[in-house]
Amino acid sequence: MDPLQIADRTFRSRLIVGTGKFTSNAVMVQAHEASGAEMVTVAVRRVNLNARGSGESILDAIDTSRYFILPNTAGCYTADEAIRTARLAQEAGLSNWIKLEVIGDEKTLFPDNEALLTATRVLVKEGFVVLPYTTDDPVVCRKLEDAGAAAVMPLGAPIGSGLGIQNINNIRIIREFARVPVIVDAGVGTASDASLAMELGADAVLMNTAIAGAQDPVRMARAMRLAVEAGRLAWLAGRIPRRMYANASSPLEGVIGR
Amino acid sequence: MRITLNGEPHELEAPMTVEALLASLGIDSRRVAVERNLTVVRRARYASEMIGEGDEIEIVNFVGGG
Repeated sequence: MDPLQIADRTFRSRLIVGTGKFTSNAVMVQAHEASGAEMVTVAVRRVNLNARGSGESILDAIDTSRYFILPNTAGCYTADEAIRTARLAQEAGLSNWIKLEVIGDEKTLFPDNEALLTATRVLVKEGFVVLPYTTDDPVVCRKLEDAGAAAVMPLGAPIGSGLGIQNINNIRIIREFARVPVIVDAGVGTASDASLAMELGADAVLMNTAIAGAQDPVRMARAMRLAVEAGRLAWLAGRIPRRMYANASSPLEGVIGR
Repeated sequence: MRITLNGEPHELEAPMTVEALLASLGIDSRRVAVERNLTVVRRARYASEMIGEGDEIEIVNFVGGG
């Protein structure tokens, strides 16, 4: 696989996987392994003070020498909350990278792009490598890029919906406009969705529920790995144009009896 | 002395350092991050940063997420 460059880091895998919703840490670890991912996302939450021995972290279950940790600001509804969460993540974590989410609506979990832009500007100024989760809007993606985002992460469909890429043409346009990596984040349901994202020119795909929620998460993780690779290769290979009618594959000359 | 700890009221006998608070709560400080009155407390300052009356403290760590 051709390497993926985001900011100052290079990745061989173009699949980024979450750490949420797995039935156990053991299944998560096996799924990560099967996915071939080199970057995994984590969330920031208040320590449960009622549990003794609290302060246990999901990082205890992850080999951080092998996986690059991308903390998110999931659950934040204002730029301020997201900025504070990013700063805490940096202090608790291992890098200045942040998957920036500012949610605008509870039911759809669609981003609040205005607040997202505000938070992006602040965090870029503070030296963060900002990867904003955004709607599949080419103009918003361009504004995020202008604000200094290291990549743009348009959704394929609402988080956890498994609906697949809902607006194929927008993803294509975002890819055409963007000078930073485009990571399709959210909405993938099955392997063909991941392939499609890559065939449209996405540089990477980020998913959690599609793997963690599958009946066999480890097998699905492998399917996603292959799908992302297949989609990437197809994009690089350059597909044939679509045409309305048939175009014979076998010679038209020399057919017997004619 | 009353503070707000992760959004809940919390009683402390006396002002104490961040380090002492974490120890009193049985929290391993290596994987958490602490915010005092909306500002992150750098790890290097846990032993010196004092928590006082009315302070708002947040203690967070990483959990599974996407």
